[in-house]
Amino acid sequence: MAANPVVNAPAKPVNTPAKPGPPLWLLLELTYRCPLHCVFCYNPTDFASTAAELGTDDWLRVLRQARALGAVQLGLSGGEPLTRDDLEPIVAEAHRLGFYTNLITSGVGLNDARLHALKEAGLDHIQLSFQDSTQQMNDFLSSTRTFDLKSTVAALIKQYDYPMVLNVVLHRLNIDHVEEILEMALRLGADYVELANTQYYGWAWHNREQLLPSRAQVERAEQTMKRFRERVGSRMQIYFVVPDYFERRPKPCMNGLGSIFLTIAPDGTALPCHAARMLPGLKFPNVRDAGIEDIWYGSASFNHFRGDAWMKEPCRSCPEKTRDFGGCRCQAYLMTGDAANADPVCDLSPYHHLVTEAVARAERPAVEVPRLGPEEKPLVFRSARNSSRLFPK
Amino acid sequence: MSQAVVDAMSRPAVARGFRLQWEAAQNAHVLLYPEGMIKLNTSAGEILKRCDGATTIADITSDLERAFATSDLSADVIRFVTFAVEKKWLQIPS
Repeated sequence: MAANPVVNAPAKPVNTPAKPGPPLWLLLELTYRCPLHCVFCYNPTDFASTAAELGTDDWLRVLRQARALGAVQLGLSGGEPLTRDDLEPIVAEAHRLGFYTNLITSGVGLNDARLHALKEAGLDHIQLSFQDSTQQMNDFLSSTRTFDLKSTVAALIKQYDYPMVLNVVLHRLNIDHVEEILEMALRLGADYVELANTQYYGWAWHNREQLLPSRAQVERAEQTMKRFRERVGSRMQIYFVVPDYFERRPKPCMNGLGSIFLTIAPDGTALPCHAARMLPGLKFPNVRDAGIEDIWYGSASFNHFRGDAWMKEPCRSCPEKTRDFGGCRCQAYLMTGDAANADPVCDLSPYHHLVTEAVARAERPAVEVPRLGPEEKPLVFRSARNSSRLFPK
Repeated sequence: MSQAVVDAMSRPAVARGFRLQWEAAQNAHVLLYPEGMIKLNTSAGEILKRCDGATTIADITSDLERAFATSDLSADVIRFVTFAVEKKWLQIPS
């Protein structure tokens, strides 16, 4: 086995584990290009100003180096990964190396020829996103006309004998349609449906006030989902990702930064979580300059949030710190301005009121499609144009 | 959907969408599935790697007994295969 640079590193914080495990989960965000413009996207709002995408050889090198360290699950995402015409050779190399390959897609660009080639290349699994149950709402929320195309792609996925896995991101504007969304999934022959409540990063953070549902909406959706689950039994598995704003304890985000999860952004920046680029004061390494082993075990930014030496009170002395690792660093930073604070979702955080106040504001009456009057902030769709407008050069 | 009965003549196979492989970095067999992984202990790994959809549980059991110079594994193997079928890791082709 190759030498582990961390073992010989001087002045290691006392509570940092001697050797972190391997990056079991590798997520390649192959591109920020996307035909959809979803209001809840977690991609950074300044994506238009990021550097050029990695080339095919860079991605293949990343795959080989990560696999050699023990990475085994591979997510291919973006943006829309199908906008890259080298997706097939990337999948083929990943499969040859022994990765379990997951394509996370909007379906746009997936036709018979490409799916045939991806199957031949060894693609294991496809997760297809829908934005809502109707053409009108799907197309509004993604700011594209894609609903009919997605339905066609769903049929194609079944035709190629893949399990059909649908992912629908829930928020204030579609959460009341959970019954219709599940009916649609059943009609399409889905094997799994993931109802993922929006997590507020990137574009979703920008649009949070319009996307955060009321507590009553969340509770109704969960009840509807449970009734539906009883009705259909094991024919279709339904997962409901609980929205953390309504909890009293934070999620164990990424199982702790730098513990199992490694993201490579389109420009080659290596991140311990796909949102982590926003964290200030950390210089994340780039795979153009460094190998995955050095990045994972040796870089200051990946070691920074390992262990608990970085923690502040109330986390540092909290017995639950080994369970939730203080929650999400990005959420702590976005809401409190300090990434080392407790995730304010935790009711022990002195900033917890920021979460409860946002939830209280969400109690206003729901409307089907937000009015764009002067009193209502407009939804900002994820697009290169809006990105450049938010972050002018 | 009724659960297949697991007996000595069943020919279990790793279920569609799952993949079993040896991971040197973890020094273990793992079962991979969409966006997840189960790290297997030695006996689970040894049983699962023999589940090829063609070999009966009776033959899997004798092979294990030979490989590990032991006997009376039959009940343990059936118990584990039943558990793995319930977990949908294995399927019994009808």
